Amino acid sequence: MNSSVRKLLTIITESVLERTLAEEIEHLGARGFTVTDVRGKGSHGPRSAAWQESSNIRIEVVCDEPTAGAIAAHLQAHYYRNYGMILFMSDVAVLRPEKF
Amino acid sequence: MIDPVLMFFLLGLGAGLLRSELRLPAAVYDLVSMLLLLSIGLKGGIELARQPFGGLAIQALGVIAMGLLLPLLAFPVLRFAGRLPRADAASIAAHYGSVSVATYAVAVAYFANRQVEFEAHMPFLLAVLEIPAILIGILLARGLSREMRLGVVVHEVFLGKGIVLLVGGLLIGWAAGPEGLTSISPLFFDLFKGILALFLLEMGLITANQFGSLRQHGPFLVVFGIAMPLIFSVVGIALGLVLELSLGGTAMLGILAASASYIAVPAAMRISVPEANPTLSLAASLGITFPFNVLIGIPLYHAMATQAFALIAGASL
Repeated sequence: MNSSVRKLLTIITESVLERTLAEEIEHLGARGFTVTDVRGKGSHGPRSAAWQESSNIRIEVVCDEPTAGAIAAHLQAHYYRNYGMILFMSDVAVLRPEKF
Repeated sequence: MIDPVLMFFLLGLGAGLLRSELRLPAAVYDLVSMLLLLSIGLKGGIELARQPFGGLAIQALGVIAMGLLLPLLAFPVLRFAGRLPRADAASIAAHYGSVSVATYAVAVAYFANRQVEFEAHMPFLLAVLEIPAILIGILLARGLSREMRLGVVVHEVFLGKGIVLLVGGLLIGWAAGPEGLTSISPLFFDLFKGILALFLLEMGLITANQFGSLRQHGPFLVVFGIAMPLIFSVVGIALGLVLELSLGGTAMLGILAASASYIAVPAAMRISVPEANPTLSLAASLGITFPFNVLIGIPLYHAMATQAFALIAGASL
């Protein structure tokens, strides 16, 4: 099995940002992404997802390393100060590298 | 005797404070709030068809003017008496200038119980009153000059879930008329109070969650969250008198002015004024003002409107 390594960028943030982030992530070169509704707790207190204002999303993007770096830098510059947001990256093996 | 729908609110509040496992699944809460918004919109829409356009336009203009005025009254209080940062003061002012559909729904149930009539096109004024305060809030926080993602903000304000459902309901009610709606009235009208009860149960749980942050942010927000609606209700009742609404309609306008938003405005503020702390505005509007209004405010504003009517009747004799 031939596999190539790509970056998996995972972003966990406030649901209210979904629309804006979806546009910006595509604009920065990612070919696609996956969004999930999640809940949890962090420095902004519990996020119970009981209603719109307390819900979080997890956005997962598989892309090449420069794109992942560009998205991470953009998010850090624009959202870290005022929004609840974390992001992390890991290496993942993909079977169709041309897709990402 | 306390209205049974309010007992559901108290049940949610108590369960939340005791840290019960109880929670409404998010999808159920979404559905219940959709039904509430649609049925309020439909009810208002039916009546809209019967009203002359000129009268409606004058009332809408009056309500828009009030929506612009209320946040401008609240802002200096928050900024100077509360010593809050500009963004926080602007955001909270926008919350208080806008309206709470849930408070309106409780008031509808309250008036229905007491057979108090009010202008049935009130949901139209409710929809109109949601928006101006958001724009003022953004201007107060940002000023005119600063670069702003206007497209995103406009989208958030006019195409937010609440406005789309409320205005959509109004339009469907207006187009279909009372006969057209009979087939769907069992869901939207007959079940209204049951739906409201479920909604208030979850509101009680959400309100209980706000109490923690209130403890951190001190007594100012508590005082503000009670004093501001009391003052705003006077403005609303005065506008009702100027517009020559019925007693019920005048009281309802007082209730709308006194209520503080927690759906449309938080979402719009989060996008357009991100540096404002959403915990503060929600703690005040949900933790203090909403319970105050539904438990004490509604009967109080009704009594105030009744007094105002009695005074005017006395003066004109």
